[in-house]
Amino acid sequence: MSVTDNTPGTQPAARPPMPRSVGMPMHHKIIFAVLLAALIVLPFLVYPVFAMKVMCFALFACAFNLLLGFGGLLSFGHAAYFGMASYVAAHCAKVWGLTPELAILAGTAVAAALGLVIGALAIRRQGIYFAMVTLAFAQMVYFFALQAGFTGGEDGIQSVPRNDLFGLIPMRSNRALYWVVLFITFGGILALYRITHSPFGQVLKAIRENEPRAVSLGYRVNRYKLIVFVLSAAFAGLAGATKSQVFQLASLTDVHWTMSGEVVLMTLLGGMGTVFGPIVGAAVVVTMQNYLAYLGAWVTVIQGIIFVVGVLLFREGIVGVLSKWLRKPL
Amino acid sequence: MFELLGVPPQVLMGQLLIGLINGSFYAVLSLGLAVIFGLLNIINFAHGAQYMMGAFVAWMLLNYAGIGYWPALILSPLIVGAIGIALERTMIARLYKLDHLYGLLLTFGLALIIQGIFRNYYGVSGLPYQIPGTLQGGQNLGFMFLPNYRGWVIVASLIVCFGTWFMIEKTRLGAYLRAATENPELVGAFGINVPRMITLTYGFGVGLAAFAGVLAAPIYSVNPNMGADLIIVVFAVVVIGGMGSIMGAILTGFGLGIIEGLTRVFYPEGSAVVIFVIMAIVLMIKPEGLFGKSA
Repeated sequence: MSVTDNTPGTQPAARPPMPRSVGMPMHHKIIFAVLLAALIVLPFLVYPVFAMKVMCFALFACAFNLLLGFGGLLSFGHAAYFGMASYVAAHCAKVWGLTPELAILAGTAVAAALGLVIGALAIRRQGIYFAMVTLAFAQMVYFFALQAGFTGGEDGIQSVPRNDLFGLIPMRSNRALYWVVLFITFGGILALYRITHSPFGQVLKAIRENEPRAVSLGYRVNRYKLIVFVLSAAFAGLAGATKSQVFQLASLTDVHWTMSGEVVLMTLLGGMGTVFGPIVGAAVVVTMQNYLAYLGAWVTVIQGIIFVVGVLLFREGIVGVLSKWLRKPL
Repeated sequence: MFELLGVPPQVLMGQLLIGLINGSFYAVLSLGLAVIFGLLNIINFAHGAQYMMGAFVAWMLLNYAGIGYWPALILSPLIVGAIGIALERTMIARLYKLDHLYGLLLTFGLALIIQGIFRNYYGVSGLPYQIPGTLQGGQNLGFMFLPNYRGWVIVASLIVCFGTWFMIEKTRLGAYLRAATENPELVGAFGINVPRMITLTYGFGVGLAAFAGVLAAPIYSVNPNMGADLIIVVFAVVVIGGMGSIMGAILTGFGLGIIEGLTRVFYPEGSAVVIFVIMAIVLMIKPEGLFGKSA
């Protein structure tokens, strides 16, 4: 789905041209630097687990945005990769005693493999059907997680140990883990940035804007779609696996369709197809859930209202509006 | 009594019956989705929530107004359909010129709101709804016992499905609908009020969901989450059948319900996922769906 409306006959809103120079535009460098500085200070200001949760979800939303914002593919089943990676990482750490980096890698690899299988099937349909197919497969993964032995069913995998990083550095304190999570999520988001601003990313945009033309230019569209699907699933898995280390828990919540909906919400709210939108969206949604938790089921209602208002009035999202205002792609 | 592959016929028939009941709901719900998709080009994610509303409105009519099952079977779809029409007029109609995926996101938001509100006021434990007096008891068919109400659900679903099929494929109104699906501008040029037709179609599709909800109320307990997981299965049904044909939606719905029931007999662990597995196979062999037009 493109950020612009696809009314036939209307031109997409004029955007400032992308800088031709290789590498990051200056204002992106500044924002990333400020973000990093803020994240370094953050654990001294707020509860580190909360900050780590925001970072994991920011990475999850950025991974989702790679697929939706740049690939134009709306997956309604990203919880499958997030949740399955979380289960695998938790299992590796608890039952096999693997070190955190290996557990997270294993989770990510499983998410990528799952993305390869589901993606190969889902890209056979477009648009609305693609969304329904991904949702249905994610539900299948949910039932698997409910019934399979190693996931612990309704209980999930609880009290996952935080083993020593590389077998050397103790990770039991939240502060120590924070730096690892910061490294993973920030690095992941930078990697996603690099992917979207590469020649590969440009081809993706071409496919999103006009698929028949991309085909006629000789691009193997389905191969690109599959690659971006697998990448998105892998980064979503990285986020989920990291989250299981933070909370020492993998549960059915992570694979449920509500989680898939939440990541769509974060991306929509922050701004689809923007670099920083998903980060903002994740921060807003996680903060909201945290502070409004006492409202119980009303949180679901509020999320629904944000969806409705966002779709009707606010399709560019927070960062999209800012970006229009400042006339700079953010 | 004969045995089939080591399965007693009572068990087999019992599961077949449950499969047929589930298939009835799949058929009515995917039919509603297909009707809405045909004219509005959106996937109504709120369909599960509207099915749940149908059951709840029937429960409310009984408990707050003393109105029984039979009037509720008509009233509840009318009420929920009217709510659907209001939603279409105020919100969904604004999205027709945008990418279809926005319609999916909007109706997903609506589903969250509706489900959240009901969960707040009625909890998640489920409320009982009595089988109407005229349909209590059952028939002994010799090889199995058929509860009257379950038989009625299948019959009612079949009537509604084929009534809808007849209306769309065989009547003048249906011809307008099919024409507007193909080319709304041209139909509008003939002086037919297409926007009103779209609104009423959405109301009708939503009403179908609510009708299924009322049918379901005495079988499953009335529960705010009753539509949420069901709708995902119905999406898979729709992907398998393809939304190109009304009859296709009906046949796929009933067929998959029966297959699911049989799976529960022969391989119970797989019954929750068998429809998704079939979806994967269909995507590999005939991606546009069994009855779909390539799009």
